[in-house]
Amino acid sequence: MKQFYRRFTAILKARNLEFFRDRSSLGWSIVFPILLLVGFALVFSGEGKDQFKVGVINATSVKADFLNTKFVEFVDYSEVEVGLTKLRQHRLDLLVDFDTYSYWLNDSSPNGYFMEKILLSEQSLTWQKETVSGRQIRYVDWVLPGILGMNMMFSCLFGVGYVIVRYRKNMVLKRLNATPVTALEFLTAQIVSRLFIVMFLSAAVFIGCNFMFDFYMLGSYLTLFVIGLLGAFCLISLGLLIASRSRSEELTGGLLNLATWPMMILSGVWFSLEGSPEFIQTISWFLPLTHLVEGARAVMTEGAGFYELKSHITTLVIMTVLFLGLGTWLFRWEGDGR
Amino acid sequence: MDAIVKVESLKKVYGDLVAVNGISFGVSKGCCFGLLGPNGAGKTTTIEMMEGLIRPDGGNIQFFGRNLDKEALKNIGIQFQHTALQDFLTVEETLDLFASFYPKPANKLDVMQMCDLLEIAKQKHQKLSGGQKQRLLLALALINDPQILFLDEPTTGLDPHARRKFWDLISNIKKQGKTIILTTHYMDEAEYLCDEIVIMDKGNIIARDTPQGLLTQHFSGAIIRLPIANLNGKSIEHYGRPFGEHHVDIDAKDVEQSISSLLAGGVKLDGLQVKSANLDDLFIKLTGHQLQDDTDESDVKD
Repeated sequence: MKQFYRRFTAILKARNLEFFRDRSSLGWSIVFPILLLVGFALVFSGEGKDQFKVGVINATSVKADFLNTKFVEFVDYSEVEVGLTKLRQHRLDLLVDFDTYSYWLNDSSPNGYFMEKILLSEQSLTWQKETVSGRQIRYVDWVLPGILGMNMMFSCLFGVGYVIVRYRKNMVLKRLNATPVTALEFLTAQIVSRLFIVMFLSAAVFIGCNFMFDFYMLGSYLTLFVIGLLGAFCLISLGLLIASRSRSEELTGGLLNLATWPMMILSGVWFSLEGSPEFIQTISWFLPLTHLVEGARAVMTEGAGFYELKSHITTLVIMTVLFLGLGTWLFRWEGDGR
Repeated sequence: MDAIVKVESLKKVYGDLVAVNGISFGVSKGCCFGLLGPNGAGKTTTIEMMEGLIRPDGGNIQFFGRNLDKEALKNIGIQFQHTALQDFLTVEETLDLFASFYPKPANKLDVMQMCDLLEIAKQKHQKLSGGQKQRLLLALALINDPQILFLDEPTTGLDPHARRKFWDLISNIKKQGKTIILTTHYMDEAEYLCDEIVIMDKGNIIARDTPQGLLTQHFSGAIIRLPIANLNGKSIEHYGRPFGEHHVDIDAKDVEQSISSLLAGGVKLDGLQVKSANLDDLFIKLTGHQLQDDTDESDVKD
């Protein structure tokens, strides 16, 4: 065990030194997500909505003139809490319950003020008013988990997959195989090193960008960290699996692209998958990045805790065990199956 | 003396090609043992089977009387023909990394001093010259204080000065009583360093002895080298064996007598050279092709 720890820490240290001393790739890992975020913040800085949106509790059973108001979209909610979350994030301008004659208003929303005036002018009854507060959720708040998740995906898959194949091709692995180092010691060090690098860089980008954008954050940072860690671990394991045997950088590059592109498009990085066809949602469920991005997004924009994330967490753990088991079993120091 | 390394009926086959064809030999303690042969002869395949990197298709390898296993790796040091190291590490950091792999590593400073690395300890290894890099790889092979050291073509690609310097390092290591197993296709290297050599060709051992013993066994006297054009129309085989396209080598027990009989046969002596035989000549004599012929079976591991 002492030997394991000694060899593991030595390989870990060497790999971290190698990464952090490679200034060009380190710089790119930090600059790329920031550039994307700033770009999106600029492009989507407008309001982006051209009509008013009012939530109505059990709208189908309600008959009221107010619901015929032009240029207003009415959205049906069966639960008040769900509507209130949207109201706090300015995704609704007003929430109305015709059963109890109450309405909720976000005190920092100008649109809400207008909607309140229209509701009160058209309905002569006595209404009970309640206010909530909460900042508007912007596209940049919504897209942040997607961009950070995507960046983590590239770092995990290419940082482990490509590096191991490069080591194999230029015989770094052959040299290590001629020492008492075991595959377990080597692979554990690679995983932990990449986990550290990915979490450190993602945290640095998150904290740095938070000064600029003051991100919307409803959940706990611990939950966010755990879902990030699980997601990164799962993606690293996938990288290990892809790189388990090949000594061709071209083939591995192709396989890594084959893994990353579907995730870029179908894991909800750029746009929500809500409302997309069933089969797209089914495919996306099999992609690790989906669970990382949707989990992180749920923590940040909905305040989800571990219980609410249980399906994402379970799926990530199962995928990690599967990828890691297969990757370790298939791993060869040399490429041709010796 | 008893052999501490024993190889018996070792065999490796790649498809239709027999890379190593059931060879056997032993290496005594403290000996510098040379495996010689052209590219494709089976040297590297043999040495990598002994290092536990390639699984043999037949035969047996023993170190100190026990079969080769991962435990045996703790007692051997290896310098590969081509090795890359993890980037962005200094010479000293690379040595620290490898030292941590072994339960009882050698003293880092001693190894650095022995391999003349102290002055470049803080340099990143990508920036080293060819000779410096080979010295670092040698130091990595020595970091576990091994009893047996494998060197696979350690001076290939080095300039003559760097090669000489490397030979001196190996001689010093030999003086410490370590057993060295060396592959090379440089005959001068084998003559300078090796106590015993095996010449391989096409997977077989075709000669085995001390360098001097082999020369005495196969050559007596000297070699007379003449341009083929001087042969007065007679076949090369009538006199000796071809050397390249334009020369013929003639074994001469008595140089004076040989020259007289050549003159008597009408052979011209323009461009005549008389030289004593070396291992290159021996190899050509035994295999019919030159030792440093790089084009030979270059797609096969040698």
